[in-house]
Order: sequence, then structure tokens, then C-alpha cells
Amino acid sequence: MITVDVDGEVIQNEIGYVQAGEEHLKSEIVRIDRNTVFMQVFEDTKGVRVGDEVEFTDRMLSVELGPGLLSMVYDGLQNPLNELAENYGFFMERGAIVDSLDRSEKWEFTPTAEVGDTVEAADKLGHVPEGIFEHPIFVPFRMSGEYTVESIADPGEYTIEETIAEVSDEHGQTHELNMYFRWPVKEAIDLYDQQQVPHEPMITQTRIIDSFFPVAKGGTYCIPGPFGSGKTVLQQVTSRFAEVDVVVIAACGERAGEVVETIQEFPELEDPRTGKSLMERTIIICNTSSMPVAARESSVYTAVTLGEYYRQLGLDVLLLADSTSRWAQAMRELSGRLEEIPGEEAFPAYLESRIAQFYERAGYVELGNGENGSLTIGGTVSPAGGNFEEPVTQSTLKVVGAFHGLSRDRANQRRYPAIHPLDSWTKYSGMIDDEKIQVGRDILEKGDEVNQMMKVVGEEGTTLEDYIIYLKSEFLDNVYLQQDSFDNIEGRTSLQRQKYVYGLIVEILEADFDLEDKANARDFFNRLRQMFTDLNYTRMEPEEERDSDEIIKTKEFQEQEDEIMSFIEEHLADA
Amino acid sequence: MRKVYNKVLNVSGNVVTVRAEGIAYEELAEIEASRGTSLAQVIKIDGELVSLQVFAGSKGISTDAEVRFLGRPMQVNFSENMIGRIFNGSGEPRDEGPRLTENMIEVAGPSVNPARRIIPSEMIRTNIPMIDIFNSLVKSQKLPIFSVSGEPYNELLARIALQAEADLIILGKIGLKYDEYMFFRNRLEAGGALSRTIFFVHTAADPIVESLMVPDLSLAVAENFALHEDLDVLVLLSDMTNFADALKEISITMEKVPSNRGYPGDLYSQLASRYEKAVDFADAGSVTVLAATTMPGDDVTHPIPDNTGYITEGQFYLHDGYIDPFGSLSRLKQLVNEDSRDDHRAIMDNMIQLYADFRETEEKKSMGFRMSEWDKKLLHYGDLFVDQMMDLEVNIPLEEGLDRGWDILGQCFEPEETGIKTDLLDKYWPED
Repeated sequence: MITVDVDGEVIQNEIGYVQAGEEHLKSEIVRIDRNTVFMQVFEDTKGVRVGDEVEFTDRMLSVELGPGLLSMVYDGLQNPLNELAENYGFFMERGAIVDSLDRSEKWEFTPTAEVGDTVEAADKLGHVPEGIFEHPIFVPFRMSGEYTVESIADPGEYTIEETIAEVSDEHGQTHELNMYFRWPVKEAIDLYDQQQVPHEPMITQTRIIDSFFPVAKGGTYCIPGPFGSGKTVLQQVTSRFAEVDVVVIAACGERAGEVVETIQEFPELEDPRTGKSLMERTIIICNTSSMPVAARESSVYTAVTLGEYYRQLGLDVLLLADSTSRWAQAMRELSGRLEEIPGEEAFPAYLESRIAQFYERAGYVELGNGENGSLTIGGTVSPAGGNFEEPVTQSTLKVVGAFHGLSRDRANQRRYPAIHPLDSWTKYSGMIDDEKIQVGRDILEKGDEVNQMMKVVGEEGTTLEDYIIYLKSEFLDNVYLQQDSFDNIEGRTSLQRQKYVYGLIVEILEADFDLEDKANARDFFNRLRQMFTDLNYTRMEPEEERDSDEIIKTKEFQEQEDEIMSFIEEHLADA
Repeated sequence: MRKVYNKVLNVSGNVVTVRAEGIAYEELAEIEASRGTSLAQVIKIDGELVSLQVFAGSKGISTDAEVRFLGRPMQVNFSENMIGRIFNGSGEPRDEGPRLTENMIEVAGPSVNPARRIIPSEMIRTNIPMIDIFNSLVKSQKLPIFSVSGEPYNELLARIALQAEADLIILGKIGLKYDEYMFFRNRLEAGGALSRTIFFVHTAADPIVESLMVPDLSLAVAENFALHEDLDVLVLLSDMTNFADALKEISITMEKVPSNRGYPGDLYSQLASRYEKAVDFADAGSVTVLAATTMPGDDVTHPIPDNTGYITEGQFYLHDGYIDPFGSLSRLKQLVNEDSRDDHRAIMDNMIQLYADFRETEEKKSMGFRMSEWDKKLLHYGDLFVDQMMDLEVNIPLEEGLDRGWDILGQCFEPEETGIKTDLLDKYWPED
């Protein structure tokens, strides 16, 4: 935190550069008090002196938007990390400046607007191919009012800095447009016709989420959990298998090692939906725990702005923020330096409204041209001591549409994903019949009661009937709620398969079995569990049929299923 | 160019304020006090008012004490000459050897670009089965040992220091009792490891501010040996709880708003900036960090272990003299235990599951439930497991440990009771 004497005009949240010797340190105005402004420096402030000059840029903290964002790895201020590494080596040197978007890359531009057209902000002038998408070139979002196209470039290759169109405003003044522009990260991009209630489920291929606690496209959800409960693994799995067009990963204040795994593995992994590398649909914003804290605060805004931009292209975007607690802590550190009056646990009083504003940037929107786009936000929360009664978790729970609470007990028992099936909730509806899901929920609840009881009275004191309910709930937990996310088949379960397999399970849960005693019941369910686990590892639909609406089963799957069914038949009680 | 000032305006805690011009943030200064000269570091500049944190404490500083600004931030020597030497928290020698003033490097440098990190892939063998088999330590990992006062965490650290495969060991000791310091010295000397060790020692009697510098000095030296000499460096820090408490003490003196139980709001960032120095450099050496953290009141939700757990790649719990197989976790173990031996993962998973069953049975037994045949087998197994695997005296290489695992299983169970895959049973199951 530095204070600066200024003469002349400054803007709240304006960016300035502190001239510390040879280095220019990026800073942001966070408070103005007459001629004194308070600035947070986005870098280490070692060596800054009283008397150093500050150069103001006349614009707020913003990101560059245009083709070339996909598959990039950025820090919290949109500095590309790979390019930084090429220029500066192993370390994140202070004051390093590299363009966010590559200035030399040529894009194959196809114009769609014509001379004489009337256009306004977010209208399309043409498009370029970017990986698997056709990336529209927009009239910059900042331009207000109507413009007339005076000229448009011929089809051909251009860099993002070359002029591709000239437009004139109502005063006859001409503006040259190129393929990228800036947008301030703390403002939401709202150039759509209207927002809809999120209604279409976003398939993550994680069974407990899609079936029991679904998330809708354009919705929000949070994953709180103590350390070691598998938050990051769950996020990684979602980033791989979620059925969306673009994934923005914001690694905010977490371990560098985890991001490294993503950075190095994603280019090697194939996106089953497109056959291309997963990296081509991914943007990583990476401001890990040892990087400067002010940039950590900005990193989630940078990420959400990039997400909103791709939503504007008519795509389904998923933003995964890991972890929003580190972001909240960054706010707390900065607020402490401003000597603001602290709220609960020294978090600033505006914590709640900032969290709410962040999640409000998600949404399912109708764009002007009849297309739809969505931005879904999933944030992890790392509550201190694993206690959910703390300000960040509580503020988040108020605004999100689904809560996937991770439990330390389940993690200790190696029941992954450790989403607690009784504590979690969702406001969105999924694709599986609610009544069937309710059958599962009832069994889980009753099974839990019986289990609690058994801890007191022992197995001897439990009736056979109760014991079977307990075994059924364990069965459901073992073969459906738990999922081996590292297996290629078991790890991603298509919606069709979830519907079908869950149907089988409900039949078992509702069945009345003829079992003599507890040992007998335990054996039966152990056997059944083993057979069902094998079924889970068996491919059901051929890879190319995964999106089909019909149930298509492989021979192996059918055989295994038949074996299970005949085993069940043998033990059914007489009607 | 040295600027000298001799008007101290304010002394509060270990922080003194002087009026000075042209001073840089985090610059060092020397302050004359009745007891001698001490280093101090600029921690706040407000116009002409410069606040300095005095390393040796503010005791005996007079209002006309001389303050000489050095025009440079904190530095430490980096050379081969450091090996085998002992330094204090200001980087000055604590032994009889000469001061080292050449080739000075800055401490607390920038963090490594995530795009330049590589995925860790090499195991560090310690010959402690609870680590090697069940929670393998991986080169460039950062791992704390969660413990409580009275547990033998210093013995454990000393053993790892002696036995671990590392080119260079840097011991950063924070708030150590003098006898603990002597213990370390003697153990390493006896084990012949002094010749590959550098000490940074802050004892409980030393000024509190110096304790804050110990991790930075240790890690800066480690980073440079890894990067420029291609060494695999193991940094052992003990005890990080003292470090965090020193942070608390100083932040409260500075009238910063405390967040949780008096600890500063940036405790997470402060700890992370140290632990994240653990790294594996492509085409150069590596830095691995093991840190003892005593949990106040054996409470893992206390802010220090809690924040640490979110930062580090797992943790070892030291309970009742054992590394507890339950809470302990090495997040990186799956990166290395696939290629060690084909039965490694099976032994790891199944022995722990059986141990968990043993613990349940033990509980049932204490509640007076009847013991079945299976329960008796588990009890027998549990005893053997604790004695022959968990005991910290056990000192065997990984392969011998795995063989011993099979041996224990063979003594207690029938092959199919272990839950291990058939092909492994055929290969390894001991014949009587």
C-alpha cells in the first residue's frame, strides 16, 4: 500500500505505475482523499522510496478481449505466464511487461458486416477461426450509440492490431476498429437482451452432482471443505469432464503444484467432445499463494470477465474458482492495510456484497441475435478449521444455487467425491425423475439413523429390517455416490448411463429381499456391491454413442447386468 | 552511500521510528544501542517517518542512537564456504568461523513462474516405513510434521536429515531451546552429516525478530544451491509455530487488526510465501521443505496448522510417538509409488484398511462387545503392525519394508482375507 500526492484528475480504481528505479510497478487507486490517493501495488514493494514518481494511465484495471485467449495461462492481471517465462526465466520478476494477446499471430478474418450497416457495441463485424470455435469480431463493448460502417477489411490474414473496419458515429467522426479491445474487470459485461432463469442442467459426469445435486447452466454453486477433503481434485475432474464449451480455471491463492499438473496434463488430454486437446477449450488464470496478494484479489475478476466474454460468443462457459476463501483473505489483507474498520473475523464489512456481486455475474442470457450463452460459476471455499460457520462460507451460501459440502469424515473413509449426501442441497432440478431421487434420499437418511443407533446398541440390538435398510444405504453410497474419478470409464458417467443405472438401483432399493439373518444379509449385499462395482467399470455405451438419447448397451455390460438381475431374482421375497 | 541519522522519535515494542529521507521500503539499517550494533529493517514509511524493526530488540536504544541506513535489503552469503557452518537469524556466524561477506544474495526473492515448474516425480527415501511405504516423500514436496509439545518431532527431523537422500541439508531452527540445538548438532556430527549441512539457528533466547528471518535465509540459500549448483536441497524448519507466533507478536506491536485468535490476516500469505519456495527446477536441482509445526492444544483447527494444511502438500501427524497412518497424507505419493515396486500400492492401501478395521475392533473390545475369530485376527495384526512398521525405531529400506508387510499379513490372515489382487498374492504371499 502506498500513498501518492497528485495534482490533476484521477479516477477511483485507475491504474498507475510506480517508477521504482528501473522497474515499473503496476498499482491501482483504492482510495482518494483530496490530493492524496492510496494505491495498492500489484507487486512486491521492496525498494520503493518516498519521492518515487507514479505515472497514471487514465484507465481502470482491465483485460484485453479478442481472439487468442483460449489455451492461455495467465496470472491474475492477465500477464501470459509462458511468455513471461520465455522472457524472464524461472522467476516472476517485478515489473515484467508482456502483451496479454499475441500481437504477431495472424488470424483468418471473414467479414460479415457490410459498408453502410448500422452497428452498435457487441454487434459482429466478421469472424476468425479460433481452435474449435468461430470467434466473432465485435464492435468494442465500450462504444456507446450507433455507428455506420464506412469500410470493412477484405477476407484475409490480419493481426489483432490491424484495422479491420472503420465506423463513423453520429457526429461523422471516424473510428478505426481492430480485433481486440479492453474491458474493466470489475464491471459486468451486460450486452445481452435479457437474462433467463437457469433451467438446463450442466452435466459434470460426476454422479452425485448430476443426479442428486445438479447445477444448471448459468447457475452458481459452491464447494466448501476442510483441507484434504478433495476440493481441488473435484474441480479438476469437473474441468475435464463438464459438458460445456469453454472452461475458465481461476487458481486463486492455492498451491502452484496443482496448477502445474493442469498446465502440463491438459494439452496431452483429449477432449472427448471434440477430439482436440482439452487445453483448446481452457483458459487458466493462475495467481498462486506466493504471488502478490493484490493481484490475487483481481484474479477472480479477470477470470469472470473472460468468462463473460466467451458467453457473449453464444457459448456455455464454466468458471471454476479455487479458492474463493483466498480471494476473501486478499480483500481482508488489503482492507487491513487501508485501516478500515473490520467486520467478523477481521473480514471487511463489504465482504458479503462483493461475494454476491461476483456470483451475480453468472447467468443464462439471451443475446440479441437469437443465440443463448451461459456462464456458470463454481467456487470452492476453504473454511478455517473446516467450520462452515464462518463469514466466507455463510456469505457464499446466501447467494449460490447449489451447495456441495465436502466432509472430512467421508474423506477420511476414502469415500470420494466426499460431497456429503445429507448436508448438501441444490435449487436446480436435474434430469432424473424427482420421485426416484427421493427414494434414494429417504434410504440414505434412514440408513444414517440406523447407523447412529447401531453405534450405541451394537449390531446385536438392531432388527434385521433396520439392518437391511442400513445395508441398502451403504450399497447406494458405494456403487453410486462414490466414484473413482481417475478411471476412464467409471470417472465419467454420461447422463443416459446415470438415468439407466440409477433406475436399476432404485429397483434394488425398493425390493423386498428374503434374507435369513444379518450375516446372510451382509454377504448378499457385499456380493451385490462387488458385481455392481464391476458393472461400473464396464463400458455401457460405445464412445461415439455417448450423446445419444437411446439406451445403447455393449455386450459386456448386458451380460454383467443379466448376472446381477438373476442374482437378485434368487433372493427376492415371495410376493 | 550511507545515510546516518541520530534522532529516534518513537520506540514501541521492537519497532523504532526515525525521521529520514530517501529511504527504500525493506531497506536495512544498523542501530547503535548500549549493548552493541543491531540490524534493523524498514517496515513502514510515512512521509519522512521511517519505522524500523530492530532485530536485536529495542532494549537499551537511546533517543539519540545512531541509525545508519545501508541502502540495500536483507542479504545473505551464498557460497560453498557456508557448508558445515552455523549462522544466526541475521545471517551472522554463530560458530568460531569467519564472517562471510562475498557473493551476497537477496533473500525473499520473487516466486517461481508456475509455467516453469515441473511435475515432481522422484521419491526421497528416508528408510522410515511409515513414510516410504505409506506416505512417500517426494522431491520438491512441502510437508509439515504436525505434532504437540513433548512428541519426538526433533528426533524425527534429525533422522530424516541423516538418512534422506539429499545433497545438502539446511536446518532452519526457530525458537529452539538451547539443549535441542545441542541435540541436533551432536546427532548430525555423530552421523557424519555436518559436512553437508548448513545451520540457521535462532534460539528462544535470541531476539524475536531474528526468528522471522530464519525461514527466508534458509530458503534463499537453498534456492540458490538448487538453481546454480544443481543440488537437491532438503530444508528442515522447526518449529514453524514459533515463526507464526513471532508474526503475531510483531503485527500486534504494529497495531495491525488481528483476524483469528490474534494472528494477522496475512498469516496464510506469509506462510505460503515460505512454503511455496519448494520447487523442482527443470535441468537443475530442487528444494524440498519439511517443517515441524506444533499444534497448540493438539488442535488441528488452530489457525497455524489450519493455514499450513491448506498450503502444504499433505502432512505427517506425529501422535504418541508414531506417525499416525490416519491423518497423515502425502498428496504427491501417487506420483512416485507406481514405479517403485508392483506391490507398493496394494500393500499401502490394504494394510491401512486392515489397520482401520483393527482400530474399530479395538474400540468394540474396549466397549465390551464379544470378539469374533476375525476380530482376534485383527487384534493380532494390529499389534504386529504397530511394533514392526509404525515404531519410529524401525529403520529399513522400502523393499525390505514391503517384504515385512507381506510377512505380517502372512502371519495373521488367509490370502483372500486381505483384499489384495490375486496376481500379487501369487507373486508375494509368503510360504510357511
